[in-house]
Amino acid sequence: MPSQKKSLPAHLSRRSFLSSLGAAGVVASAGPVLATAQTATPVAPMAASSTSETMETIQGAIPVSLRVNGKRLDLQVDPRTTLLDCLRETMSLTGTKKGCDHGQCGACTVHVNGRRINSCLTLAVMHEGDEITTIEGLGQPDSLHPVQASFLKHDGYQCGYCTSGQIMSAAALLKEKCGPSDADVKELMSGNICRCGAYPNIVAAIQDVRQQA
Amino acid sequence: MEMFTYTKAAGVAQAIEGGTQAQAKFIAGGTTLLDLMKLNVERPSQLIDINRLPLDQVEKLPDGRLKIGALVRNSDLAHHPAVESDYSVLSQALLQGASAQLRNMATTGGNLLQRTRCMYFRNEAMACNKRTPGSGCSAIEGENRTLAILGTSKDCIATNPSDMNVALTALEATIHIRSVKGERDVSIADFFLLPGTTPQRETVLEPGELITSVTLPAAKAGSKQIYLKLRDRASYEFALSSAAIVAVVNGGKLDYVRVALGGVGTRPWRSLEAERVLHGKAVDQKLFQQAAEAALHGAQPQSQNAFKIPLAKRCITHALTLATA
Repeated sequence: MPSQKKSLPAHLSRRSFLSSLGAAGVVASAGPVLATAQTATPVAPMAASSTSETMETIQGAIPVSLRVNGKRLDLQVDPRTTLLDCLRETMSLTGTKKGCDHGQCGACTVHVNGRRINSCLTLAVMHEGDEITTIEGLGQPDSLHPVQASFLKHDGYQCGYCTSGQIMSAAALLKEKCGPSDADVKELMSGNICRCGAYPNIVAAIQDVRQQA
Repeated sequence: MEMFTYTKAAGVAQAIEGGTQAQAKFIAGGTTLLDLMKLNVERPSQLIDINRLPLDQVEKLPDGRLKIGALVRNSDLAHHPAVESDYSVLSQALLQGASAQLRNMATTGGNLLQRTRCMYFRNEAMACNKRTPGSGCSAIEGENRTLAILGTSKDCIATNPSDMNVALTALEATIHIRSVKGERDVSIADFFLLPGTTPQRETVLEPGELITSVTLPAAKAGSKQIYLKLRDRASYEFALSSAAIVAVVNGGKLDYVRVALGGVGTRPWRSLEAERVLHGKAVDQKLFQQAAEAALHGAQPQSQNAFKIPLAKRCITHALTLATA
């Protein structure tokens, strides 16, 4: 029988082992990824608080013009910046969440040209001219998107971390080919993981909107 | 992630010209490439964005074949009327793969080049012959429950993770490739390489070659097609075992049958052995079991994945039952 050695090779540190575990290594991998994102700087900063400290030159930065929630933004970004990091760190649109950063959890779901995608697995520079919608652009506090209102009504969350991704996914699902049953909705929502287990209420919230449409 | 130079290709000619640079990679959906770049498993120095190339159409050719552009997204391909009606095994396979978000990103060409999910390949700290040739295989004596039992070698037992590739194998797709040297067509049966002693080479694609489209032969009239996928959870999970079947039954006999397996092979696994058992015979459960035995003959299990042998046999038997019902 082959041996089942569990010890790590001598050259392998605990940190380098953890950092490559994907979803299981979320905490360990957040550091280097955020460091990348911080090198992206808006040319025309959205946030009023942006000052000279964010205007420093970035080595290797390239220009990209993005349309986010109906507003056009001309940016200089490190080409390695994901759309997710660009939204959160450069544009301060922190409604879109970073969970696994590897396309496994769905917390980073946004709409690009009306379709839902994982913003962690795409580069900001790949979206010149695309129409990007984040949770901040889906509805407003005084005029919620029907899916947002339904999540409130059905208590479709607990801690809330996955919620913006769930809502963006659900809003896109309304326009997709989807059967009528709860099982059909669950299948098409399987790319959004909720660690609190709010799934029954999430499905109920989505079905409520679909039935009223 | 290491720094790279980013270029947006305006046309196919410009893309393949860029592809001649050392360590250049084409990026389309990015769902495999960026994932692996974040893990330092992929380290391109040049990234050529091919998303604006005019390769995003599905068209019926005059001779009845279906031409699928390399940039057609998995979700669009799965829901294309011609695919739904004539190549439903492909539609089923695509919709059982990944998540709705990933299917909106992933492309036909990119899915063909999807890399293995072997955790040692994905972890730069571990030995892996596929990632670092000559460093050894950590999986053979390690965590190998999800890894391959067919087509393995002493150097690599990594599974090809794609569902789409299994359906394309059953449909006998042809892959169209372009580079500065010209164009060439490769049958999917010849596209994927066995790991042997060079697991770092997964396909016949040479550096700088770009997949431009995939064609499917004219639809098999009267065929019934099934993609059956068995996995650890009901959705959003890679196959432990899957089967793509295209079958035509006439007068109770199998006039035509194609069998391809996923989740068990180091490449999308066409089972000519199973097809030989089935061809021309009367539809029967005993026959299906014989075909399944033939398909798994020679399977080489590791310490944790021997369960895949009976699982794959049941997968084949059940898929054949569904395809001939």
